[in-house]
Amino acid sequence: MSKKLHVQTTINGKETELLCEARQSLLEVLRDDLRLTGAKEGCNNGNCGACNLMLDGRLVNSCLVMAPEIDGRKIETIEGMASAQGLHPLQQKFLEHAALQCGICTPGFILAAKAMLAKNPTPSEGDVRHWHAGNLCRCTGYDKIIRAVLDAAPACAGKCS
Amino acid sequence: MKNFSYYRPATVEQAVSLLENRFGNTELLGGGTDLHDLQKEYVSQPARVVSLGGIAQLQTVQVAEKSVTIGAGRTLASISEHPQLRQLFPALATAAGEIAGPQLRNMATLGGNLCQRNRCWYFRDEHSNCLLKSGSTCFALDGENKYHSVFTQGSRCVAVTPSTIGPVLIALGASVEVQNAAGKRLVEIGRFFKAPNANGEREHALASNDVVVAVQIPVQGLTNAHYEVRQKLSSDWPIVQAAVSFQGGRNGEKATDVKIVLGQVAPVPHVAQAAMRAIENQSITEQTAAAAGQAATQGAKPLSQNAYKLKLIEVAVKRALLLASGARPYWLA
Repeated sequence: MSKKLHVQTTINGKETELLCEARQSLLEVLRDDLRLTGAKEGCNNGNCGACNLMLDGRLVNSCLVMAPEIDGRKIETIEGMASAQGLHPLQQKFLEHAALQCGICTPGFILAAKAMLAKNPTPSEGDVRHWHAGNLCRCTGYDKIIRAVLDAAPACAGKCS
Repeated sequence: MKNFSYYRPATVEQAVSLLENRFGNTELLGGGTDLHDLQKEYVSQPARVVSLGGIAQLQTVQVAEKSVTIGAGRTLASISEHPQLRQLFPALATAAGEIAGPQLRNMATLGGNLCQRNRCWYFRDEHSNCLLKSGSTCFALDGENKYHSVFTQGSRCVAVTPSTIGPVLIALGASVEVQNAAGKRLVEIGRFFKAPNANGEREHALASNDVVVAVQIPVQGLTNAHYEVRQKLSSDWPIVQAAVSFQGGRNGEKATDVKIVLGQVAPVPHVAQAAMRAIENQSITEQTAAAAGQAATQGAKPLSQNAYKLKLIEVAVKRALLLASGARPYWLA
Protein backbone atom coordinates (compact mmCIF):
# COMPACT_ATOMS: atom_id res chain seq x y z
CA MET A 1 0.00 0.00 0.00
CA SER A 2 1.12 3.57 0.44
CA LYS A 3 4.56 4.60 1.51
CA LYS A 4 5.15 6.69 4.59
CA LEU A 5 4.63 10.40 4.15
CA HIS A 6 7.18 13.02 5.09
CA VAL A 7 5.78 15.86 7.20
CA GLN A 8 7.44 19.03 8.44
CA THR A 9 5.73 20.86 11.22
CA THR A 10 6.33 23.12 14.21
CA ILE A 11 5.35 21.69 17.58
CA ASN A 12 5.46 24.03 20.58
CA GLY A 13 7.87 26.30 18.72
CA LYS A 14 10.22 23.48 17.71
CA GLU A 15 10.60 22.50 14.06
CA THR A 16 9.88 18.81 13.73
CA GLU A 17 10.17 16.35 10.86
CA LEU A 18 8.41 13.03 10.91
CA LEU A 19 7.24 10.13 8.80
CA CYS A 20 3.63 9.05 9.13
CA GLU A 21 1.11 6.78 7.52
CA ALA A 22 -1.82 8.52 5.85
CA ARG A 23 -4.24 6.69 8.15
CA GLN A 24 -2.67 7.99 11.35
CA SER A 25 -4.38 10.81 13.17
CA LEU A 26 -2.43 13.76 14.51
CA LEU A 27 -3.18 12.41 17.99
CA GLU A 28 -1.64 9.03 17.18
CA VAL A 29 1.50 10.64 15.75
CA LEU A 30 1.93 12.84 18.82
CA ARG A 31 1.35 10.09 21.36
CA ASP A 32 2.78 7.00 19.69
CA ASP A 33 5.61 8.39 17.60
CA LEU A 34 6.68 11.65 19.26
CA ARG A 35 5.83 10.56 22.83
CA LEU A 36 3.94 13.76 23.51
CA THR A 37 1.28 12.10 25.65
CA GLY A 38 -0.35 15.24 27.03
CA ALA A 39 -3.22 15.09 24.55
CA LYS A 40 -5.38 12.11 25.51
CA GLU A 41 -7.41 9.66 23.51
CA GLY A 42 -10.93 9.62 24.96
CA CYS A 43 -13.68 8.90 22.47
CA ASN A 44 -11.48 9.08 19.35
CA ASN A 45 -14.42 10.52 17.37
CA GLY A 46 -14.62 14.22 18.22
CA ASN A 47 -17.06 14.17 21.10
CA CYS A 48 -14.95 14.47 24.26
CA GLY A 49 -12.25 17.09 23.64
CA ALA A 50 -9.55 15.15 25.56
CA CYS A 51 -7.28 15.36 22.49
CA ASN A 52 -7.70 19.14 22.03
CA LEU A 53 -4.77 21.13 20.76
CA MET A 54 -4.10 24.26 18.76
CA LEU A 55 -3.48 23.94 15.02
CA ASP A 56 -2.42 27.25 13.44
CA GLY A 57 -3.91 29.01 16.46
CA ARG A 58 -7.28 27.27 16.28
CA LEU A 59 -8.59 24.73 18.75
CA VAL A 60 -9.14 21.32 17.11
CA ASN A 61 -9.79 17.70 18.03
CA SER A 62 -6.49 16.07 17.09
CA CYS A 63 -8.14 12.64 16.81
CA LEU A 64 -9.97 13.89 13.70
CA VAL A 65 -7.00 15.57 12.01
CA MET A 66 -5.31 13.32 9.47
CA ALA A 67 -1.58 13.38 10.21
CA PRO A 68 -0.40 14.41 6.69
CA GLU A 69 -2.65 17.48 6.97
CA ILE A 70 -0.26 19.08 9.49
CA ASP A 71 2.54 19.56 6.96
CA GLY A 72 3.75 23.16 7.15
CA ARG A 73 1.49 24.02 10.06
CA LYS A 74 1.98 25.03 13.67
CA ILE A 75 0.89 22.90 16.60
CA GLU A 76 0.64 23.85 20.25
CA THR A 77 0.02 21.20 22.89
CA ILE A 78 -0.29 21.16 26.68
CA GLU A 79 3.44 20.35 26.86
CA GLY A 80 4.18 23.85 25.55
CA MET A 81 2.11 25.78 28.08
CA ALA A 82 4.33 26.00 31.12
CA SER A 83 7.50 28.08 30.75
CA ALA A 84 10.80 28.33 32.60
CA GLN A 85 9.09 30.95 34.78
CA GLY A 86 6.50 28.45 35.93
CA LEU A 87 3.05 27.17 35.16
CA HIS A 88 0.69 28.96 32.82
CA PRO A 89 -1.98 30.88 34.79
CA LEU A 90 -4.63 28.41 33.62
CA GLN A 91 -2.62 25.46 34.91
CA GLN A 92 -2.03 27.29 38.20
CA LYS A 93 -5.72 28.06 38.65
CA PHE A 94 -6.74 24.48 37.84
CA LEU A 95 -4.46 23.40 40.71
CA GLU A 96 -5.72 26.06 43.13
CA HIS A 97 -9.36 25.22 42.44
CA ALA A 98 -8.74 21.46 42.43
CA ALA A 99 -10.41 21.50 39.03
CA LEU A 100 -9.38 17.95 38.24
CA GLN A 101 -9.64 14.50 39.69
CA CYS A 102 -8.43 11.77 37.35
CA GLY A 103 -6.85 14.35 35.05
CA ILE A 104 -7.58 12.71 31.70
CA CYS A 105 -9.75 15.58 30.44
CA THR A 106 -7.57 18.33 31.94
CA PRO A 107 -5.17 19.06 29.04
CA GLY A 108 -8.15 19.34 26.70
CA PHE A 109 -9.99 21.71 29.03
CA ILE A 110 -6.92 23.89 29.51
CA LEU A 111 -6.31 24.14 25.76
CA ALA A 112 -9.99 24.95 25.19
CA ALA A 113 -9.86 27.64 27.89
CA LYS A 114 -6.73 29.12 26.36
CA ALA A 115 -8.42 29.28 22.94
CA MET A 116 -11.50 30.91 24.44
CA LEU A 117 -9.54 33.53 26.40
CA ALA A 118 -7.61 34.47 23.26
CA LYS A 119 -10.94 35.41 21.64
CA ASN A 120 -12.84 36.53 24.70
CA PRO A 121 -10.63 37.73 27.59
CA THR A 122 -13.57 38.57 29.87
CA PRO A 123 -15.99 35.65 29.57
CA SER A 124 -19.18 35.27 31.58
CA GLU A 125 -19.94 31.97 33.27
CA GLY A 126 -22.35 31.24 30.41
CA ASP A 127 -19.61 31.92 27.85
CA VAL A 128 -17.28 29.48 29.60
CA ARG A 129 -19.92 26.77 29.80
CA HIS A 130 -20.97 27.25 26.19
CA TRP A 131 -17.40 27.25 24.89
CA HIS A 132 -16.48 24.07 26.78
CA ALA A 133 -19.47 22.15 25.43
CA GLY A 134 -17.10 20.03 23.38
CA ASN A 135 -15.17 18.86 26.45
CA LEU A 136 -16.37 16.04 28.66
CA CYS A 137 -15.35 15.50 32.28
CA ARG A 138 -16.72 12.47 34.12
CA CYS A 139 -15.26 13.33 37.56
CA THR A 140 -15.68 16.93 38.62
CA GLY A 141 -19.21 17.85 37.59
CA TYR A 142 -17.61 20.83 35.78
CA ASP A 143 -18.20 23.41 38.51
CA LYS A 144 -14.60 23.66 39.67
CA ILE A 145 -13.37 23.77 36.09
CA ILE A 146 -15.67 26.68 35.26
CA ARG A 147 -14.54 28.53 38.40
CA ALA A 148 -10.85 27.90 37.62
CA VAL A 149 -11.24 29.29 34.09
CA LEU A 150 -13.15 32.37 35.30
CA ASP A 151 -10.51 32.98 37.96
CA ALA A 152 -7.67 32.57 35.47
CA ALA A 153 -9.13 35.04 32.96
CA PRO A 154 -7.67 38.25 34.50
CA ALA A 155 -4.21 36.66 34.89
CA CYS A 156 -4.37 35.48 31.28
CA ALA A 157 -5.03 38.90 29.80
CA GLY A 158 -2.57 39.29 26.96
CA LYS A 159 -0.91 35.94 27.66
CA CYS A 160 -3.42 33.57 26.13
CA SER A 161 -3.12 34.39 22.47
CA MET B 1 -8.34 1.84 9.95
CA LYS B 2 -7.52 0.79 6.41
CA ASN B 3 -4.59 2.75 5.02
CA PHE B 4 -4.98 4.89 1.91
CA SER B 5 -3.03 7.03 -0.53
CA TYR B 6 -3.14 10.71 0.36
CA TYR B 7 -3.23 13.47 -2.24
CA ARG B 8 -3.02 17.20 -1.62
CA PRO B 9 -3.75 19.07 -4.85
CA ALA B 10 -3.15 22.84 -5.06
CA THR B 11 -6.00 23.63 -7.45
CA VAL B 12 -9.60 22.51 -7.99
CA GLU B 13 -8.61 21.27 -11.48
CA GLN B 14 -6.00 18.97 -9.98
CA ALA B 15 -8.50 17.74 -7.39
CA VAL B 16 -11.09 16.98 -10.08
CA SER B 17 -8.52 15.02 -12.10
CA LEU B 18 -7.92 12.72 -9.10
CA LEU B 19 -11.59 11.72 -8.74
CA GLU B 20 -13.30 8.64 -10.15
CA ASN B 21 -16.66 7.95 -11.75
CA ARG B 22 -18.05 6.08 -8.74
CA PHE B 23 -18.26 6.84 -5.02
CA GLY B 24 -16.33 4.90 -2.42
CA ASN B 25 -12.82 4.24 -3.68
CA THR B 26 -11.74 7.89 -3.63
CA GLU B 27 -13.05 10.38 -1.06
CA LEU B 28 -12.70 14.15 -0.79
CA LEU B 29 -11.38 15.44 2.52
CA GLY B 30 -12.62 18.79 3.87
CA GLY B 31 -12.21 19.22 7.63
CA GLY B 32 -12.16 15.47 8.21
CA THR B 33 -14.73 15.54 11.02
CA ASP B 34 -17.05 13.21 9.10
CA LEU B 35 -14.72 11.25 6.82
CA HIS B 36 -12.10 10.37 9.44
CA ASP B 37 -14.85 9.21 11.79
CA LEU B 38 -16.46 7.03 9.08
CA GLN B 39 -13.08 5.50 8.27
CA LYS B 40 -12.44 4.62 11.92
CA GLU B 41 -15.83 2.91 12.01
CA TYR B 42 -15.01 0.99 8.79
CA VAL B 43 -18.14 2.46 7.20
CA SER B 44 -16.02 4.30 4.63
CA GLN B 45 -12.86 2.56 3.44
CA PRO B 46 -11.42 4.59 0.58
CA ALA B 47 -8.16 3.56 -1.10
CA ARG B 48 -7.48 7.20 -1.96
CA VAL B 49 -8.19 10.45 -0.10
CA VAL B 50 -7.97 13.80 -1.87
CA SER B 51 -7.45 16.66 0.59
CA LEU B 52 -8.96 20.02 -0.33
CA GLY B 53 -7.00 21.76 2.44
CA GLY B 54 -4.26 23.02 0.14
CA ILE B 55 -6.55 24.88 -2.30
CA ALA B 56 -6.45 28.59 -1.49
CA GLN B 57 -9.38 29.39 -3.82
CA LEU B 58 -11.77 27.46 -1.55
CA GLN B 59 -11.04 29.83 1.36
CA THR B 60 -12.34 33.08 -0.11
CA VAL B 61 -15.42 35.06 0.91
CA GLN B 62 -16.55 37.72 -1.57
CA VAL B 63 -19.27 40.14 -0.56
CA ALA B 64 -20.61 41.98 -3.60
CA GLU B 65 -23.64 44.20 -4.01
CA LYS B 66 -25.90 41.51 -5.46
CA SER B 67 -24.49 38.29 -4.09
CA VAL B 68 -22.14 36.78 -1.58
CA THR B 69 -19.82 33.92 -2.50
CA ILE B 70 -18.43 31.73 0.25
CA GLY B 71 -15.63 29.26 -0.56
CA ALA B 72 -16.47 25.63 0.23
CA GLY B 73 -13.35 25.29 2.38
CA ARG B 74 -14.38 27.99 4.85
CA THR B 75 -14.83 26.62 8.34
CA LEU B 76 -18.16 26.84 10.10
CA ALA B 77 -16.47 28.93 12.83
CA SER B 78 -15.24 31.49 10.31
CA ILE B 79 -18.73 31.71 8.76
CA SER B 80 -20.42 32.16 12.13
CA GLU B 81 -17.97 34.92 13.08
CA HIS B 82 -17.90 36.81 9.75
CA PRO B 83 -19.33 40.31 10.44
CA GLN B 84 -20.94 40.82 7.02
CA LEU B 85 -22.41 37.31 6.89
CA ARG B 86 -23.83 37.82 10.38
CA GLN B 87 -25.46 41.03 9.28
CA LEU B 88 -26.85 39.84 5.92
CA PHE B 89 -27.66 36.24 6.78
CA PRO B 90 -28.19 35.81 10.51
CA ALA B 91 -29.87 32.45 9.78
CA LEU B 92 -26.65 31.16 8.23
CA ALA B 93 -24.31 32.58 10.87
CA THR B 94 -26.50 31.23 13.69
CA ALA B 95 -26.86 27.79 12.13
CA ALA B 96 -23.10 27.54 11.53
CA GLY B 97 -22.37 28.72 15.07
CA GLU B 98 -24.69 26.18 16.68
CA ILE B 99 -23.17 23.11 15.06
CA ALA B 100 -21.30 20.80 17.46
CA GLY B 101 -18.69 22.51 19.71
CA PRO B 102 -15.93 25.03 19.01
CA GLN B 103 -13.28 22.46 18.03
CA LEU B 104 -15.46 20.85 15.38
CA ARG B 105 -16.60 24.22 14.04
CA ASN B 106 -12.92 25.16 13.67
CA MET B 107 -12.39 22.09 11.48
CA ALA B 108 -15.64 21.38 9.64
CA THR B 109 -16.10 23.14 6.30
CA LEU B 110 -19.08 24.54 4.41
CA GLY B 111 -18.64 22.04 1.55
CA GLY B 112 -18.25 19.19 3.99
CA ASN B 113 -21.39 20.21 5.82
CA LEU B 114 -23.39 20.01 2.58
CA CYS B 115 -21.86 16.68 1.49
CA GLN B 116 -21.60 14.86 4.86
CA ARG B 117 -23.10 11.40 5.32
CA ASN B 118 -26.24 10.92 7.40
CA ARG B 119 -26.15 10.12 11.13
CA CYS B 120 -28.50 7.11 11.18
CA TRP B 121 -27.15 4.70 13.79
CA TYR B 122 -27.75 1.71 11.55
CA PHE B 123 -25.80 3.30 8.71
CA ARG B 124 -23.00 4.33 11.08
CA ASP B 125 -22.75 0.84 12.64
CA GLU B 126 -20.10 -1.23 10.90
CA HIS B 127 -22.05 -4.45 11.42
CA SER B 128 -25.49 -3.26 10.25
CA ASN B 129 -25.71 -4.02 6.57
CA CYS B 130 -28.40 -1.49 5.79
CA LEU B 131 -29.90 -0.30 2.52
CA LEU B 132 -27.09 2.21 2.02
CA LYS B 133 -24.42 -0.49 2.28
CA SER B 134 -25.11 -3.72 0.45
CA GLY B 135 -28.27 -4.73 2.33
CA SER B 136 -31.86 -4.58 1.14
CA THR B 137 -33.60 -3.32 4.29
CA CYS B 138 -33.85 0.01 6.09
CA PHE B 139 -33.59 -1.20 9.70
CA ALA B 140 -34.96 2.07 11.06
CA LEU B 141 -38.39 1.42 9.56
CA ASP B 142 -39.15 -1.31 12.10
CA GLY B 143 -36.35 -0.50 14.50
CA GLU B 144 -35.14 2.39 16.64
CA ASN B 145 -36.38 5.42 14.71
CA LYS B 146 -36.95 8.23 17.17
CA TYR B 147 -34.50 10.55 15.38
CA HIS B 148 -35.59 9.60 11.87
CA SER B 149 -37.90 11.12 9.25
CA VAL B 150 -41.51 12.13 9.78
CA PHE B 151 -41.86 13.08 6.14
CA THR B 152 -40.43 10.02 4.42
CA GLN B 153 -41.17 11.45 0.97
CA GLY B 154 -41.44 7.96 -0.49
CA SER B 155 -37.82 7.25 0.37
CA ARG B 156 -36.80 3.69 1.31
CA CYS B 157 -34.09 5.06 3.62
CA VAL B 158 -35.65 7.15 6.39
CA ALA B 159 -32.50 8.77 7.81
CA VAL B 160 -32.79 12.55 8.07
CA THR B 161 -30.69 15.02 6.10
CA PRO B 162 -27.78 15.83 8.45
CA SER B 163 -26.92 19.33 7.18
CA THR B 164 -28.35 22.28 9.10
CA ILE B 165 -26.78 24.67 6.60
CA GLY B 166 -28.81 23.12 3.75
CA PRO B 167 -32.29 24.24 4.89
CA VAL B 168 -30.93 27.74 5.61
CA LEU B 169 -29.43 28.02 2.12
CA ILE B 170 -32.72 26.87 0.56
CA ALA B 171 -34.58 29.56 2.49
CA LEU B 172 -32.03 32.12 1.25
CA GLY B 173 -32.29 30.98 -2.41
CA ALA B 174 -28.61 30.03 -2.69
CA SER B 175 -26.79 28.16 -5.47
CA VAL B 176 -23.82 25.84 -5.26
CA GLU B 177 -20.82 26.27 -7.57
CA VAL B 178 -19.73 22.83 -8.68
CA GLN B 179 -16.71 21.94 -10.79
CA ASN B 180 -15.84 18.82 -12.77
CA ALA B 181 -13.63 18.04 -15.75
CA ALA B 182 -16.15 19.71 -18.09
CA GLY B 183 -15.98 22.98 -16.19
CA LYS B 184 -18.00 24.91 -13.64
CA ARG B 185 -21.77 24.95 -13.22
CA LEU B 186 -24.28 26.36 -10.76
CA VAL B 187 -26.65 23.97 -8.98
CA GLU B 188 -29.71 25.53 -7.39
CA ILE B 189 -29.57 24.50 -3.71
CA GLY B 190 -33.14 23.17 -3.86
CA ARG B 191 -31.87 20.54 -6.32
CA PHE B 192 -28.66 19.81 -4.46
CA PHE B 193 -29.95 17.29 -1.93
CA LYS B 194 -31.20 13.84 -2.85
CA ALA B 195 -32.29 10.95 -0.66
CA PRO B 196 -29.91 8.00 -0.92
CA ASN B 197 -31.69 4.68 -1.40
CA ALA B 198 -28.93 2.21 -2.23
CA ASN B 199 -25.27 1.40 -1.83
CA GLY B 200 -23.10 3.89 -3.71
CA GLU B 201 -25.63 6.72 -3.42
CA ARG B 202 -25.05 9.89 -1.46
CA GLU B 203 -27.19 12.47 0.33
CA HIS B 204 -26.70 14.89 -2.57
CA ALA B 205 -27.30 14.85 -6.31
CA LEU B 206 -23.69 15.49 -7.37
CA ALA B 207 -21.56 12.96 -9.20
CA SER B 208 -18.49 11.36 -7.66
CA ASN B 209 -16.18 13.47 -9.83
CA ASP B 210 -17.77 16.80 -8.88
CA VAL B 211 -16.18 19.18 -6.38
CA VAL B 212 -18.19 21.79 -4.46
CA VAL B 213 -16.25 25.01 -4.95
CA ALA B 214 -18.42 27.67 -3.34
CA VAL B 215 -21.91 28.71 -2.31
CA GLN B 216 -23.50 31.84 -3.79
CA ILE B 217 -26.22 33.60 -1.85
CA PRO B 218 -28.18 36.44 -3.50
CA VAL B 219 -28.40 39.67 -1.49
CA GLN B 220 -32.11 40.49 -1.59
CA GLY B 221 -32.67 42.15 1.76
CA LEU B 222 -34.47 39.10 3.11
CA THR B 223 -35.37 38.97 6.75
CA ASN B 224 -34.13 35.56 7.88
CA ALA B 225 -33.67 33.37 10.92
CA HIS B 226 -33.00 29.82 12.01
CA TYR B 227 -34.15 27.92 15.07
CA GLU B 228 -33.31 24.41 16.11
CA VAL B 229 -34.64 22.22 18.89
CA ARG B 230 -31.93 20.27 20.67
CA GLN B 231 -31.84 18.20 23.84
CA LYS B 232 -28.76 20.11 25.01
CA LEU B 233 -27.99 23.81 24.72
CA SER B 234 -24.86 23.14 22.68
CA SER B 235 -22.70 20.38 21.23
CA ASP B 236 -25.71 18.34 20.20
CA TRP B 237 -27.49 17.36 16.98
CA PRO B 238 -30.81 19.13 16.47
CA ILE B 239 -34.00 17.07 16.52
CA VAL B 240 -35.94 19.56 14.41
CA GLN B 241 -34.75 22.69 12.62
CA ALA B 242 -36.64 25.51 10.92
CA ALA B 243 -35.10 28.12 8.60
CA VAL B 244 -37.26 31.03 7.46
CA SER B 245 -36.90 34.02 5.17
CA PHE B 246 -39.25 36.71 3.87
CA GLN B 247 -39.48 40.28 2.67
CA GLY B 248 -40.64 42.78 5.26
CA GLY B 249 -42.28 41.17 8.26
CA ARG B 250 -40.65 43.31 10.94
CA ASN B 251 -42.39 45.67 13.37
CA GLY B 252 -45.87 44.48 12.45
CA GLU B 253 -45.25 44.88 8.72
CA LYS B 254 -46.64 42.09 6.51
CA ALA B 255 -44.32 39.28 5.44
CA THR B 256 -44.22 38.36 1.77
CA ASP B 257 -42.28 35.83 -0.33
CA VAL B 258 -42.12 33.65 2.77
CA LYS B 259 -39.97 30.54 2.71
CA ILE B 260 -40.01 27.99 5.51
CA VAL B 261 -37.65 25.03 5.29
CA LEU B 262 -37.39 22.23 7.84
CA GLY B 263 -34.31 20.18 8.63
CA GLN B 264 -33.93 16.87 10.49
CA VAL B 265 -37.45 15.74 9.62
CA ALA B 266 -37.02 14.16 6.16
CA PRO B 267 -34.34 12.55 3.98
CA VAL B 268 -33.81 15.94 2.30
CA PRO B 269 -34.61 19.45 3.58
CA HIS B 270 -38.41 19.80 3.66
CA VAL B 271 -40.01 22.91 2.18
CA ALA B 272 -43.14 23.49 4.29
CA GLN B 273 -45.49 24.77 1.58
CA ALA B 274 -48.65 24.83 3.72
CA ALA B 275 -46.86 26.82 6.42
CA MET B 276 -45.57 29.28 3.83
CA ARG B 277 -49.11 29.82 2.52
CA ALA B 278 -50.44 30.21 6.07
CA ILE B 279 -48.19 33.16 6.91
CA GLU B 280 -47.83 34.76 3.45
CA ASN B 281 -48.95 38.38 3.47
CA GLN B 282 -49.62 38.34 7.23
CA SER B 283 -47.93 40.29 9.95
CA ILE B 284 -45.99 38.00 12.26
CA THR B 285 -47.48 37.61 15.72
CA GLU B 286 -47.46 34.74 18.19
CA GLN B 287 -50.85 33.70 16.77
CA THR B 288 -49.96 33.77 13.06
CA ALA B 289 -46.57 32.15 13.72
CA ALA B 290 -48.23 29.38 15.75
CA ALA B 291 -50.74 28.79 12.94
CA ALA B 292 -47.88 28.50 10.44
CA GLY B 293 -46.19 26.04 12.80
CA GLN B 294 -49.30 23.87 12.86
CA ALA B 295 -49.57 24.00 9.09
CA ALA B 296 -45.92 22.90 8.81
CA THR B 297 -46.83 19.43 10.06
CA GLN B 298 -49.32 18.82 7.23
CA GLY B 299 -48.65 15.59 5.38
CA ALA B 300 -46.36 14.17 8.07
CA LYS B 301 -46.37 10.40 8.52
CA PRO B 302 -44.38 9.70 11.67
CA LEU B 303 -42.69 6.35 12.24
CA SER B 304 -43.32 4.21 15.35
CA GLN B 305 -41.19 6.32 17.73
CA ASN B 306 -41.08 9.87 16.38
CA ALA B 307 -44.56 11.41 16.44
CA TYR B 308 -43.16 13.74 19.11
CA LYS B 309 -41.32 15.58 16.34
CA LEU B 310 -44.61 17.05 15.08
CA LYS B 311 -44.94 19.19 18.20
CA LEU B 312 -41.31 20.23 17.83
CA ILE B 313 -41.92 21.26 14.21
CA GLU B 314 -44.71 23.57 15.41
CA VAL B 315 -42.38 25.07 18.01
CA ALA B 316 -39.40 25.46 15.69
CA VAL B 317 -41.38 27.18 12.92
CA LYS B 318 -43.14 29.50 15.35
CA ARG B 319 -39.91 30.52 17.05
CA ALA B 320 -37.95 30.94 13.82
CA LEU B 321 -40.67 33.26 12.47
CA LEU B 322 -40.77 35.26 15.68
CA LEU B 323 -36.97 35.53 15.82
CA ALA B 324 -36.87 36.78 12.23
CA SER B 325 -39.61 39.33 12.92
CA GLY B 326 -37.48 40.86 15.66
CA ALA B 327 -39.72 39.73 18.52
CA ARG B 328 -38.06 39.22 21.87
CA PRO B 329 -37.47 35.48 22.35
CA TYR B 330 -40.00 34.81 25.13
CA TRP B 331 -38.59 31.30 25.61
CA LEU B 332 -35.32 32.66 26.97
CA ALA B 333 -35.38 33.80 30.57
